[in-house]
Amino acid sequence: MLAARLVIPHRRAAAADIEPVVTTDASSGTGVAPKSSVPTFRGTFDGGVRRRGILYHIFDWLRRNLFSSYTNAALTVAMVGLLALVVPPFIRWAFIDATISGVAKSACVGDGACWTFIKVRLPTFFYGRYPADEIWRVNLAGLLMIAFGYPVVREKTKNRGVWLLLLLAVFPILAGVLLVGGIFGLTYVDTNSWGGLMLDVLISFVTVAGALPFGIVLALGRRSQLPIVRLMSIGFIELWRGVPLLTALFMSAVMVPLFLPEGVNIDRLIRAMVALVLFNSAYMAETVRGGLQGVPVGQEEAAYSIGLSWRQVQVFVTLPQALRYVTPGLVNNIVDLFKDTTLVTIVGLFDLLGAVSQALKDPAWLGFAKEGFVFSAVVFFVCCFAMSSYGRRFERRLSRHKG
Amino acid sequence: MTVAVAWVLVHIATYNLARRDLTFGFGFLFNRSNFDIPFRLVSWSEEDTYGRALFVSALNTLLVASMGVVTATLLGLLVGIMRLSVNWLARNVALAYVDFVRNTPQLIQIVFWYLAVLQSLPPPRQSIVLPAGMLLNIRGFYLPAASMGEDSQIFSWLALLAILAIPFAWRIKIGGAHLRGKALLLVPVAIALFAFGVDHISWPTLQGFNIVGGIQVPPELVALWAGLSIYSSAFIAEIVRGSIEAIPKGQSEAALSLGLKPRQRLFLVILPQALRIMVPQMTSQYLNLIKSTTLGEAVAYPEIFQIFAGTVMQQASKEIETIIIVMVLFLSINLITSAFMNWYNRRVALIEN
Repeated sequence: MLAARLVIPHRRAAAADIEPVVTTDASSGTGVAPKSSVPTFRGTFDGGVRRRGILYHIFDWLRRNLFSSYTNAALTVAMVGLLALVVPPFIRWAFIDATISGVAKSACVGDGACWTFIKVRLPTFFYGRYPADEIWRVNLAGLLMIAFGYPVVREKTKNRGVWLLLLLAVFPILAGVLLVGGIFGLTYVDTNSWGGLMLDVLISFVTVAGALPFGIVLALGRRSQLPIVRLMSIGFIELWRGVPLLTALFMSAVMVPLFLPEGVNIDRLIRAMVALVLFNSAYMAETVRGGLQGVPVGQEEAAYSIGLSWRQVQVFVTLPQALRYVTPGLVNNIVDLFKDTTLVTIVGLFDLLGAVSQALKDPAWLGFAKEGFVFSAVVFFVCCFAMSSYGRRFERRLSRHKG
Repeated sequence: MTVAVAWVLVHIATYNLARRDLTFGFGFLFNRSNFDIPFRLVSWSEEDTYGRALFVSALNTLLVASMGVVTATLLGLLVGIMRLSVNWLARNVALAYVDFVRNTPQLIQIVFWYLAVLQSLPPPRQSIVLPAGMLLNIRGFYLPAASMGEDSQIFSWLALLAILAIPFAWRIKIGGAHLRGKALLLVPVAIALFAFGVDHISWPTLQGFNIVGGIQVPPELVALWAGLSIYSSAFIAEIVRGSIEAIPKGQSEAALSLGLKPRQRLFLVILPQALRIMVPQMTSQYLNLIKSTTLGEAVAYPEIFQIFAGTVMQQASKEIETIIIVMVLFLSINLITSAFMNWYNRRVALIEN
């Protein structure tokens, strides 16, 4: 009996712990055994399996992914060198030599990070100078935001539009009452004592809630048939997209008071929010416009042909499709504007970065710039990374639907 | 209605200005400024006018913006290609870099480089010595400077001319073939010309408590430059990756079947096509970078925003005018940049018949 046993080396297969071993058996196969010594593929892949040791797979993976060629091996060595230069000193600084116990600067003696500084200042970094007894109100508002927001972002939600409307219309009222107080027996808290991460989240929420509807209107305006509406939308969008955000914030801080009648004062925080809404609506308008252009013309024509008005066509046909299509882009916009809220520090509001910068000037805690900025960067990273991951997942879901 | 609102606003503003004994106008640009600009490319003294301050700070903005654009592009290209490497380690290091940099605020990055890194460097006496005579300390980054001989300045002008001639030489036809890559031979020519005109090299050296000689790059500029280029490079890397991935697989298979080497495949087949997809997105990244130079305000780098919306606004009490000047300047820088990039885009765009 002549049996040829051919092992097909799997070069590019995923690292599975079984390897197809092809056997052709004279009795079960085609019955014709190869005459020459040149191996020919004659059997099926389910012919049999052969197990390899774990060590083999580790080396195989290394060879395929790190040492497939001389250049590749050199690149691997260079990368390992780079990582060795950066990672161990950082880990030593941030964890091994770090201090977190104690409540004063004297607790930090080693070369490592002094997380005690962060620990002591944590309430300021998260809530600013919000009165300690009232912090539960901020937490409750945060929980409410999650409760209202979750149905909106969940994958399978019925009536997502209704939830979105609740989030944008009902939640702000509840949160406003909670945070400002002054009624229902809640003590009044001035916006001057708001700060920290809470301020970043709050400003971002208000900015999104304001800039999204405004941006949609601008995007529709830019595609309008009416020349004046179109020109004004284009002018508005391009003006804000052409100038740096800081000029918008400075305008709100310095210029706006000049344009207000005597005796009228608008809160600094509200002014900054208005500037952010105007600025970001221009960016959102451009994102939404991209989506509007992506909706096939036939959709609109079909909607008009069954007798819908312009408003009905936009609200029930074009916008739902366009917004779904641009959600990943809008998430990117939101991540960007959340990061940009740190700029309010420059006009004198104490968001997370502002609170950290202020804490660094405290004579009792000098020289902890690294700790402060690494901490704030990590906090922002966690929030933004969660949002961008959601955006990416949504994008994959969209492309799956398209097939 | 818009007109009515505008009229009311102007009216209120005029009243408010009058109440504070202020007038609207740009005449203040001719007044003496009385402040110092610590870092500048051209001469500046306190007797100079606000108008000159505008010029000096605009040059500073352009300096940091162009430095940022160049390094961000190079770094972004490198990281973007690493993202597509067959090497698992390189791919994932690049991914971690992109994800971390893109998801942290740019302002925190700039302030981190300034306060946490550069301000914790040793004083001049314990400068960190880098190769090629460069020094690094709390006062900044010191480079050796080449000083030109008095009567040999013509050589540096010739060198500049040689560099500027490259794009033209690129298209010169000699014997039926374009010069193309051979035009880059002008670079060593320029370097040789430049070296010929150098009188002596001034090395940064320690004298007493300070460093003399060489070129000092202030820490503010280094921090802003690092913040701008690293932040933008992460976005550019994603653009590069996306554009390369968008090239149909058939292209690289075809190149492979023609027997092109991997490097030839990348530079002759993939990148030229990816460039077409890249250019419009790169334009908006460059515009973002230019606008972000205003974050120099946070580290007191004397650019347009810091000088005008900061110092001048406070000194001259010209809130409306200074903001208008800054806005108009950025709008025009942006318009010029996007006009240039649109022109370039039309040149590289595929012409389909």
